[in-house]
Amino acid sequence: MALELHDGSLHVEDITNRWFNEIKDKNYGAYIPFIGIVRDEKGISGLSFDIYDPILNKWFSAWQEKAKKEGAYLFMAHSRGDVPNHTSSYIAAVVSPQRKVALKLINDFVEDFKASAPIWKYDLIDGKRVYAKQRSTALKGAGLLK
Amino acid sequence: MAKVEFLGPLNRESIEVDIKSLNDLKEMFADDKELQEWLEICAVAVNDTLVCSLDTKIEANDKISLLPPVCGG
Repeated sequence: MALELHDGSLHVEDITNRWFNEIKDKNYGAYIPFIGIVRDEKGISGLSFDIYDPILNKWFSAWQEKAKKEGAYLFMAHSRGDVPNHTSSYIAAVVSPQRKVALKLINDFVEDFKASAPIWKYDLIDGKRVYAKQRSTALKGAGLLK
Repeated sequence: MAKVEFLGPLNRESIEVDIKSLNDLKEMFADDKELQEWLEICAVAVNDTLVCSLDTKIEANDKISLLPPVCGG
């Protein structure tokens, strides 16, 4: 599957090696993974995530179509639940025959992921989940029912 | 009855509502002070598509989702 959701930390080597093995003989010239690692900051022991799958799947499919038009292909893995510091919660990757297409696509994809993917982040502080409200972005049309 | 889901940090049980449009839902929530703070920043999806109009018609069995600000990665 091009979009994978995992409970807890991502097994980075397994996932990125598996994706590489899937595409290495398909004549793509570039494979560009982006690996997000949870930082130890502000006294957190890690992060935690909720995901709303139906809209995430639609969002990802729209991006996959966009990538296909450029001859590229996308992969993404994300954690749900708790992810300790210094482990990974997010991997995105682009494969493409052309390096420049892949570099632009990974940037645009990750930017839009941050703004649009229906995923909610919590800081883990003293064993409790604290919604990362200040770091979150309101979705398109927010405030409709206010 | 349509179903209303409160996603992520909203952390509320789903409810069922008998409404004709999102306008009706807005009126229904008007007295819920705790929810009002969230409604300012929540987007709304009907059957998993984000919508931008209060005139959006709601049918029985529709699913309405309230989505607070997001932060993946």
